[in-house]
Amino acid sequence: MKLLSFRGGVHPPHRKKSTESIKVERAKDPATLYIPLQQHIGAPCKAIVNVGDTVKVGQKIGEAQGFVSAPVHSSVSGKVKAIKECPVPGGKGLCVVIENDFANEIHESVVPKGNIDSLTGAEILEIIKEAGIVGMGGATFPMHVKLSPPKDKKIDTVILNGAECEPYLTADHRLMLEKPESVVYGLKAIMKVLNVDKGYIGIEDNKPDAIEAMVKAAEKESNIEVVGLRTKYPQGAEKQLIYACTNREVPSGGLPMEAGVVVNNVATAAQVYESITTGMPLVERITTITGSAITNPNNLLIKIGTTFEEIINQCGGFKEEPGKVIMGGPMMGLTQYTLEVPVTKGGSGILCLNREEATLPEPSNCIRCGKCVDICPAFLQPLFISAHSLKYNFDRAEDYRALDCIECGSCSFICPSKRPLLQSIRVAKREIIAQKRKQSK
Amino acid sequence: MDSKLIISSSPHLRSKEDTSSIMRDVVIALIPATIAAVYYFGMGALGVIISALIGAVASEALCQKLMNKPVTINDWSAIVTGLLVAFNIPASAPLWIPFVGSVFAIVIVKQLFGGIGHNFMNPALAARAMLLASWPVEMTSWVTPGPDAVSTATPLAIIKGAEAIDMAKPSFFDLLTGNIGGCIGETSAILLILGGVYLLYRGVITYVIPAYYIGTVFVLTLIFGGFDVANSMYHLFAGGLMIGAFFMATDYSSSPMTQKGQIIYAIGCGALTTIIRLWGGYPEGVSYSILLMNVAAPLIDKYVNPKVFGEVAK
Repeated sequence: MKLLSFRGGVHPPHRKKSTESIKVERAKDPATLYIPLQQHIGAPCKAIVNVGDTVKVGQKIGEAQGFVSAPVHSSVSGKVKAIKECPVPGGKGLCVVIENDFANEIHESVVPKGNIDSLTGAEILEIIKEAGIVGMGGATFPMHVKLSPPKDKKIDTVILNGAECEPYLTADHRLMLEKPESVVYGLKAIMKVLNVDKGYIGIEDNKPDAIEAMVKAAEKESNIEVVGLRTKYPQGAEKQLIYACTNREVPSGGLPMEAGVVVNNVATAAQVYESITTGMPLVERITTITGSAITNPNNLLIKIGTTFEEIINQCGGFKEEPGKVIMGGPMMGLTQYTLEVPVTKGGSGILCLNREEATLPEPSNCIRCGKCVDICPAFLQPLFISAHSLKYNFDRAEDYRALDCIECGSCSFICPSKRPLLQSIRVAKREIIAQKRKQSK
Repeated sequence: MDSKLIISSSPHLRSKEDTSSIMRDVVIALIPATIAAVYYFGMGALGVIISALIGAVASEALCQKLMNKPVTINDWSAIVTGLLVAFNIPASAPLWIPFVGSVFAIVIVKQLFGGIGHNFMNPALAARAMLLASWPVEMTSWVTPGPDAVSTATPLAIIKGAEAIDMAKPSFFDLLTGNIGGCIGETSAILLILGGVYLLYRGVITYVIPAYYIGTVFVLTLIFGGFDVANSMYHLFAGGLMIGAFFMATDYSSSPMTQKGQIIYAIGCGALTTIIRLWGGYPEGVSYSILLMNVAAPLIDKYVNPKVFGEVAK
């Protein structure tokens, strides 16, 4: 198999060994769940249950507000204890707190919806929208929005992202090994919605068993191609993945649909399968719990709303004092200040690093080695953007195309002087965007 | 759970490589040529090298102390500068010459401009230019390798015919192994290439600058030397081209950032080297050509920007 790739990128250590051969297990249901009303990019949901209400598994508890939004559902049956601000992975947010009655009663709305052949594209799109499916790779963009491109944009390709280029994480890897058919089914459903006849499933070549399993599962589908990707970070970044598979560059500042492509994560596709065949909305997901501070690293199927603390205790707790607890992978994940945060739709990993690994390196002078320029997958010059940003010179940072940064973190990773490159570029991006908003008002 | 968790911006994983490991690699790459220099030129070379190293490290430490900055002599960069200064000086030079050169390189060219990463030209080459202008006699008293050192001329001076016309030019084999007159570091081409290959293998430098630099010199000397391949090969291995192309022109802070910029820069180095060697007053042109292109590097960086991913051609 010829390996596809993009120009630039880095080779961080994989660190996937400790969980890649562990079968996905169902996590124990917790007594109390904290289900955030915003688990997606876009407008937060409005709670449609009241304190004291009884809810069932799969029951909608938050209604989407606006088009770019996605409903949330209860992942257990029980009683609504409170609707209040709680710690969530991005800070604080409104959550529906549910007390689990452990009866696991399924809501009446959860019934099989049919199959690909019996449903029309529009019906599948409605199922996806009502199931609250968002990008499960971590970006959490509402899926139905991606699948509703404007009429003038011709989409001809769907790519499923099975690269899982983040070190440590193995959730997608296990999914592709254990449920390859549901991934293929989900892809076919997405292709039907968009009315396209070319589908790719891209997988990094450090998962040869997953490639094999997916090739086998897609063997009868002549219009679905499983492609091997070179193991290189950020191979799973949307624009880089599109380039690897189709040789098309998404225009600067544009969305993938401008290159005629829609990209979804493999886990998202598998959820589409679940929601069509069982009617169950997105209420649970596979998450990798790993890192040097965790006693028993594992891949768990977790009910959304379960706290990190609960999950970490199920994995034997910490074997040494944790320095950082990260939602997601080590390259783009979000550090958490408390373990009270719940697992959400976009939580692909809980990574716990020990003190030593978590300690921030001391930055020294930029030696202008140019390594950040060599590896930047967006072909930027991170050192110059960063230098201007650190001097509050955001106009110059914009001249150096700060807004084209995809925030993959490769520059900070490679920097021998350990400079806060991405961090300062993020500051520049935020300032530039704020400035633009002000001007357009 | 009461322990405090660290909050920081991603990425949470950093590569192992740091400034000191890069500089240490450069020192390792210079060791074979250093040993060869001591083998050919004996205690004179050893004295020059030690004097240059002491000058570099001591002045860096003192300078940073005086400026109330953290002392960073353990990042190996002063050692690299000291070694390169020594490599630019003949083995017969009095011991104060390398010392003064190193102090100039570190204090004036490096620390006064802001320390590592801020030098606008290669410190060692700037020191060489200063020394050559100030003490031309001491800086050009070449001796033959071996215990009974007699004065000689460099191979490039011989083929240029500027001096000592009656001397036969050294054999190609002597050029490769370093059995020739010249600065300490201009000697063994083969060992310098070995060091360069090590730097390429370790990812400290890329092939771009050395390849385009050496390639340009080869092509131009071929064109203007009457298509005499042997003469062009001689130009490649004589003088400071190898050390210049692998160790000096590739200096991070005084070379351009982008690959395209580096190509322009390296071709410029090659063209200037050839011009100085063939038509200039000096037999050797490597150091001045690199210094000139060092000064042009910020200009190149200003005008040569990479095409951003997804940028639409205008």
